[in-house]
Amino acid sequence: MLSLALAYLRDRVLTTALNILLLGLAVATLVILLIFSTQIGNRFERDAAGVQLVVGAKGSPLQLILSSLYQIDAPTGNVPLESVNMLRRDPSVALAVPLALGDNFRGFRIVGTEPAYLGLYQARLARGEMFASPGEAVIGADVARTTGMDLGQQFLGSHGLSSEGAGEHDHSPFKAVGVLEPTGSVVDRLIIVSVESVWDAHGIAHDDAVEGEGDGEHSEHADHAAEQGNGHELAPEVTAILVKYRNAFGAVRLPSMINRQTDMQAAVPAIETARLLSLFGSGIEGARLFAWLLALTGGLSIFVALLQAATSREGELALLRVMGASRLQVFGTILMEGLLTAAAGCVLGLLSGHLALAAAVVSFDRLREIGFDPWGPHIGELAIVGAVLAIGVIAALIPALRVFRTDLALTLSRAR
Amino acid sequence: MAAPVLQLSGLSYRYGSTPILHDFSFSAAPGEHSLLLGPSGSGKTTLINLVAGLLTPDSGKVRVAGELMAGSAAARDDLRRRGIGIIFQTLRLVEALTVTANLRLAQRLSGRTPDEAEIKQLLEEVGLAHRASARPRALSQGEAQRAAVARALVTRPDLLIADEPTSALDDANADRVARLLIERADAHGSTLLIATHDGRLKAHIANALVLPRVEVPA
Repeated sequence: MLSLALAYLRDRVLTTALNILLLGLAVATLVILLIFSTQIGNRFERDAAGVQLVVGAKGSPLQLILSSLYQIDAPTGNVPLESVNMLRRDPSVALAVPLALGDNFRGFRIVGTEPAYLGLYQARLARGEMFASPGEAVIGADVARTTGMDLGQQFLGSHGLSSEGAGEHDHSPFKAVGVLEPTGSVVDRLIIVSVESVWDAHGIAHDDAVEGEGDGEHSEHADHAAEQGNGHELAPEVTAILVKYRNAFGAVRLPSMINRQTDMQAAVPAIETARLLSLFGSGIEGARLFAWLLALTGGLSIFVALLQAATSREGELALLRVMGASRLQVFGTILMEGLLTAAAGCVLGLLSGHLALAAAVVSFDRLREIGFDPWGPHIGELAIVGAVLAIGVIAALIPALRVFRTDLALTLSRAR
Repeated sequence: MAAPVLQLSGLSYRYGSTPILHDFSFSAAPGEHSLLLGPSGSGKTTLINLVAGLLTPDSGKVRVAGELMAGSAAARDDLRRRGIGIIFQTLRLVEALTVTANLRLAQRLSGRTPDEAEIKQLLEEVGLAHRASARPRALSQGEAQRAAVARALVTRPDLLIADEPTSALDDANADRVARLLIERADAHGSTLLIATHDGRLKAHIANALVLPRVEVPA
C-alpha cells in the first residue's frame, strides 16, 4: 500500500508539494532556532570556564563579559596593573588572571595573559612549549588550522581586535613556540602571549614585576595611550582580570567592594550571560511559537487535502475494498499519505535548516568567530521530527477513520 | 456433475419496509454464463451486493465455490478476495495508478505475488498492450472497460460479476466488451454473471434470468 500512497501523493503533486513546503519551512525554522540557541548557550557556558567574576574598566558589564570572556566585543577600557595584585592579595580570591587585549593577527585576537589562563580551559599543548619570554606565542588549534602557522613561524600583530585593524607592530614580531590541542572553546581561536609581550608591542615600558610602572618611552600608539586616559606616558595596564573565588564569601563581598570603592567594575558572568540569553531568548521563543504555528498550519493543510481527497476518492476506496483491500489497509494508505508528506517535510526542513545555518556562518564573521557548527546534529531535532510526523499522522487520522464508517454497498451504488 | 460456483438459496432482502428480493434461488455451474436482466430498481445491484458479501441477506444463503458467504466482514472480504472478480459500469480502475499498476495491485490484494508476464499477456488479450503505462483518465470509455475486465480477471476468480458493463458504451464497444468478457471468462475458466438492463447482451448470452417483481404486501 506504500506504492499506492505514493501514487496518490503524485496524483495531486501541487497540493503535496505545498504541504511539504509548509512543513519544511516549519521544521527548518525550528531546527535553526534549536541549533542556534543551543550552540550559543553551550558556547557561553563553555567559554565562561568557571570564571566567577570579571573585573575591568567601568562601562557596560555585558560588554566587559563579552570582550574578556567570549572575545566578541571591544573592551570597556583598561585598569591599572596594580589591581591584579590587589585582587591576588584578597583572601577570598583563589585565582586572578590578567588579560591584555588590543591586537590581532589576521582577525585572531592576541591575548596577553599568563599560563593559568590556559588552565581555565584545560588547554594542553599539542606540540612545542608554553610561552615564557616576551615575543613567544602559543596558538590555538583553529588559528593553526586556518592560518597554516606552525612552530617557529614569526608573525606581526596588527593593532585592533579585528582583521580591519590599523597598522602592524613591525618592531616586535611574535614567534609561535607552541600549538594547542583543540578545546572546543574560545581558546581555539586565540593567540596567547605574555602580558609583557602586549606591552612591548605597544611600546609600554615595564619591569617584569607585576607592580612595575612604565615611563612612556614609546609614543607610536598615541590612540592606544588615549584609550588608557594618559596622553603623555604609557603605564602598564591590563584590560580585564578573570577571578575565581576561594570561598562563597568572596561572591558576596568582592563585587560590591570593587564597584563602590574602586574605579573599576566587577561583572558576574552568570548574571550577564543569563541577561543576554534572556534578551534574545524572548525573540527566539516568539520565533519558535511562530514555527510551531506554521507546523500546525501544515498539518491543517494535510488534513484538508486528505479529507478532500478521501471524499472525492470515496468510490475508488470502495473499489479497493471490493478488490480485496481490508479496511485496515485502506486506512493505512490514507495514514501513510499524511506520514509521507510529513516525512518529506522533515527531510526538506532538516536539510534547508542546516543549509541556512551554513550560509549564515559563511555570511556572518561573528558566527564563525564563536566557532558555530552549522552541521552539528542535536538530539532535539529528533523531537522536532517526531512531533511533525505526529502532526502528519493526526491530520490524516480523521479522513482515514472515515473508512471504518463507510457503508460499502451504499458508496458503490452512488459511485458506479 | 461439478458443484455450482454460485448457489443462491431462498434469498430475501428488504430496504426498510420495501422488499427487494423474496425467496430467490439461483445457481451457476463452473464455466456457465448468465444474464441477470431487469430494469433499474429491480434489485440487480442488491443481488450483486449480496453475492459479493457487501450486504447480508435477511434470510437465505449465498455460496461461492462451495463456501458460505457469511460471518464477519473480514471473513466475507476474504472469500470475495479469493473467489470473486467484479466489474462496474463506471468505477473501473484506481485513477492514480497506470493500467499495469492497477493489475499489479489487484493481484497483490487477492493475495498473489504480482506476475508481470501474466499481466502483460492479459493486456495483450484485451488489446491494451499499447496502453499499459497509461493512466485511466487517458483511456477511452471502451479502453477503460476492457482494462476493468483485465483487472477483474487478473486475480483468476471462480466467479466474474459484471454490473452494467456495457450500458455506457456505444454499440461497437458494447459488442467488443461483451465478446471479451465471454472469451476471457472461458479462457480463464471463470463463471460469468452479468447484471444489466442492456438488451444488446442477450445476443451474446442465451441464459437470461429476469428478476421477479416482488409484491409489496397490502
